[in-house]
Amino acid sequence: MRRFDHKLIEDLVPQGATVLDLACGGGELLSELIAAKQVHGSGVEISQEAVEACVGRGLSVFHGDLDEGLADFADGSHDVVILSMSLQQLRRPRMIVREMVRVGRLAIVSFPNFAHWSPRLQLLLAGRMPVSRDLPYQWWDTPNIHLCTIRDFRRLCREEGLRVERELYLRGVDQAPPEHALAPNLMARIAIFAVARR
Amino acid sequence: MSERHQQSKEIGDVPTGTGEDTGNAGIVRTKQVTFDQPGQRLALEGGGELGPLTLAYETYGRLSEARDNAVLVTHALSGDAHVAGRHSANDRRAGWWDMLIGPGKALDTGRYFVICSNVIGGCSGSTGPASENPATGRPYGTDFPIITIADMVNAQAMLLDHLGIDKLLAVVGGSMGGMQVLEWAIAHPQRVHLCVPLATAARQPTQAIAFNEVGRQAIMADPNWHDGHYYGGRPPSKGLSVARMVGHITYLSDEAMQEKFGRRLRDIHDYSFTFSADFEVESYLRHQGLAFTDRFDANSYLYITRALDYFDLTRQHGSLVQAFREVTARFLVLAFSSDWLHPPYQLKEIVSALRATHKHVSYYEVESHYGHDAFLLEREKMQGIIEAFLKSGARSFAAAR
Repeated sequence: MRRFDHKLIEDLVPQGATVLDLACGGGELLSELIAAKQVHGSGVEISQEAVEACVGRGLSVFHGDLDEGLADFADGSHDVVILSMSLQQLRRPRMIVREMVRVGRLAIVSFPNFAHWSPRLQLLLAGRMPVSRDLPYQWWDTPNIHLCTIRDFRRLCREEGLRVERELYLRGVDQAPPEHALAPNLMARIAIFAVARR
Repeated sequence: MSERHQQSKEIGDVPTGTGEDTGNAGIVRTKQVTFDQPGQRLALEGGGELGPLTLAYETYGRLSEARDNAVLVTHALSGDAHVAGRHSANDRRAGWWDMLIGPGKALDTGRYFVICSNVIGGCSGSTGPASENPATGRPYGTDFPIITIADMVNAQAMLLDHLGIDKLLAVVGGSMGGMQVLEWAIAHPQRVHLCVPLATAARQPTQAIAFNEVGRQAIMADPNWHDGHYYGGRPPSKGLSVARMVGHITYLSDEAMQEKFGRRLRDIHDYSFTFSADFEVESYLRHQGLAFTDRFDANSYLYITRALDYFDLTRQHGSLVQAFREVTARFLVLAFSSDWLHPPYQLKEIVSALRATHKHVSYYEVESHYGHDAFLLEREKMQGIIEAFLKSGARSFAAAR
């Protein structure tokens, strides 16, 4: 089944744009964007297996560590830079957001919203670190080291002087977006931000 | 054109091994082709022409009906055409990249027609300084013209014409072979679909020029060198072996040397308090140096290192971005983490320049402690990505034709 977060990201990407997908994994999203929007896409990925998978699909991919920034990518060299559901796994999320708006005219960031009612309740009632389908790890082995909320991300954008062009919410990657986003910071499991420099 | 088939079978009939999933390229022979017609002289980058021109080459696998499965492998400084398989059943040494070439291997000879030829200026069957100078009837020696990476590539293009190959599926090569790969993409953009440069640079780095110069000085300081006209007499073996020793150091890494030799002593329990080779590393280098003189010509070492040093796409084209402007090939660029002769930044430079004009390029960094030599050793870490790149590239090649 097609992931709704990918569909929403796709809607934000202009036809034929040059797209850089950070932490692109095996290239699923990139392949979808190339098929649907004829983008000139390439990815950055740290895992050897995932890089191999991308190359096997005929994608252009750069083997690199996002925690070291995007020094190999020139200012304004891409129309869109995407970071899909990986912000929370980076050691320096603020730096990477800066790098994204440096390299791309538009930055699209999606992340799990830690202020969703489910993790809130788990913490409040059980007094333990939340474990869910979206965040299935125990605290000691989670790769999600920098979780944030929708309000947190808005604040980061404000502090970085970024313009938020779009804010989209999902209740799950397999659930269509709600018609009316009521109290998104409480109700959305996933948020997608499209931001740019002012 | 005359052809000397040291092999009884025609091109395309080369045995492809036992048919096992991963096996050897089988028994192969080096073939030679000589271009000796008036229109077949090779115009050289540094001026002048070279001819008659003989090229030694080997092939593995079969050229497809559509002639769309040819993969050219380009060799490094001391390499030759013998890239895979064995020359006889009891040949103890397989070709220099046998680990990647054969049935079921990354360069699968069941799928691809693999070609490797000895570079001009070399000493393993192609025309070089030890070849006969038609003007004098004696070996060229240092009357051989200075050749460049571009000249090597143009000679390979003549070989492809001879083999009836219009466009290569891929060119793959490490170190100096990688420079030839870059040159192929630039000089013959319509003849290459995929490029895989490994452990190389778009311009010979200063440090590498420096080491090459030490090697050349060692050769030229050998009293047997005689300004390069030593054929028929004793060759400058001492100088050549020192050059090789220096070269070898640059192919290893601190960690690899530490691990391989440490401070271990050779067959003795204590220092000999002489200048004999007490340390294993000394004995290894002396052995490597000496063994090299059996198979390599000192003048070829001078000419080929010169070609390396002159290689600079930036100087030639104004900028690297400009150099790659007409490139149509898709690239897979491979770097090796501990390579200090061509560190990853030199390969990333190539990637950035290609990306600047939105060329299709992938970059992969192999984690290895083997230094520059890693591209000849890290089979496990390289084969998957190269195989994936060639397979997906073969699909897009077929679709484009």
